[in-house]
Amino acid sequence: MNESGISSALKEAGLEVLTCMQCGTCTGSCPSGRYTSLNTRRIVRSARTGKNILQDENLWMCTTCYTCQERCPRDIKIADTILTIRTLAVHEGFMLPAHRKVSQLVLESGHAVPINDDVKEKRKKLQMEAIPETVHKYPDALKDVQTLLQSCEFDKLTADK
Amino acid sequence: MNKLSLFLGCITPNRYPGIEKATKLCLDKMDIDCCDLPGASCCPAPGVFRSFDKATWLALAARNIVISEEMKRDVLTICNGCYGSLVDANHELINDPALKKNTNYHLEKIGKSFKGSVEVRHIIELLYDEPGPDSIKEMIMRPIPLRVALHYGCHLVKPSKERDLGSAENPTFFDELIEATGAVSVDYPDKMACCGAGGGVRSALLDKSLEMLNHKLSRIKGAQVDCIVNACPFCHLQFDGGQVEIKEKLGIEYKIPVLHYTQLLGLAFGYQPEELGIDLNLITNKEFFEKLNIITSE
Ligand code: SF4
Ligand code: SF4
Repeated sequence: MNESGISSALKEAGLEVLTCMQCGTCTGSCPSGRYTSLNTRRIVRSARTGKNILQDENLWMCTTCYTCQERCPRDIKIADTILTIRTLAVHEGFMLPAHRKVSQLVLESGHAVPINDDVKEKRKKLQMEAIPETVHKYPDALKDVQTLLQSCEFDKLTADK
Repeated sequence: MNKLSLFLGCITPNRYPGIEKATKLCLDKMDIDCCDLPGASCCPAPGVFRSFDKATWLALAARNIVISEEMKRDVLTICNGCYGSLVDANHELINDPALKKNTNYHLEKIGKSFKGSVEVRHIIELLYDEPGPDSIKEMIMRPIPLRVALHYGCHLVKPSKERDLGSAENPTFFDELIEATGAVSVDYPDKMACCGAGGGVRSALLDKSLEMLNHKLSRIKGAQVDCIVNACPFCHLQFDGGQVEIKEKLGIEYKIPVLHYTQLLGLAFGYQPEELGIDLNLITNKEFFEKLNIITSE
């Protein structure tokens, strides 16, 4: 009962979920669950059985605040588990459009939040150089970042569908 | 203290340059040896890139760390997200030879190699360690008597097993640094709650992210503070830009000013609000600036 590969991926990442006793402490601690349909306990239950939840949009409502993981009486690495399942989902092609866009920004500029003209003006006003000492300033550095991303095939993973 | 290099990340230099300026001014005042980290990229953002592909996350993080390794300097972060990403990647690469080997396979293509020879620090835990709140209190030029709602942010203290900073439920180290500037760290309900920005929620599900923020802001409002202080430009963006978005979408107006800790510390070190970019936020609050003007002209 493991068509999704979730169980083997969690095992490989050293993440134990079988000890979950479904107490709900995680759900009760979740800042997102108050406002979204994310039910952390249910995610862990699905992870335990290997149920295919790769298309479940609740996976993307977690802010990775780690509160559940801190409080779990069974020491389950809940947030890390959610991150691992997300990775499987992305590799199966499930990615929110906004996340595809952020990825492409990093591919283009080396930054998830690139500079703009307005901020260049703010920098000048502060008597700073308009372009920061980052990949923005050094074309060779950007090339290195792009080489790494291609080497990891991140460009293919995040290309438009 | 080891020598440091300043890792800027994305949001600080590209949205809130005042935080970069304030950080550099403060480090200088405290005689902390910290240089730029030329050519650094996105950390990459932990909640999203780590979710997408671990090899990519590690490769980009390792490149940033390696640039600092080449200068024999520890990496200093001023953002909880960058800290979470770089400190976790550094630990994983140091402790897992297979991951290190795989990451170095990619890094070889750009002529670099991860060694695992430096540490990643966050400015708050660093300052708490050295010089420490008591010395900072002695160093300041003037006390800044503001009522502050402190927001620790999640990744500074959690996962606590990997942070070694004590309790994640009731930490006090950051509060002590706030009080060293002469400000009062005001207690409020859900102080340790998430701002709602992380994990790619702000970028992909803005409305949900703002509901979490609105909850937190309503708690802060109840505490009647002068401003919010954080140690993470992404939380800073969420609190500052998010207030504008909440006004547009939910019709609720808070007008609570938002400062990064280095901006508060900069005020205590004698700098003017404009030198620290405090006036470059999206939220403006006239009474707050009048108060700051009185404090800083005394
Ligand atoms: S807190 Fe831990 S044991 Fe309880 S339901 Fe959540 S994952 Fe299971
Ligand atoms: S880490 Fe995610 S699932 Fe866990 S409490 Fe935080 S938002 Fe909820």
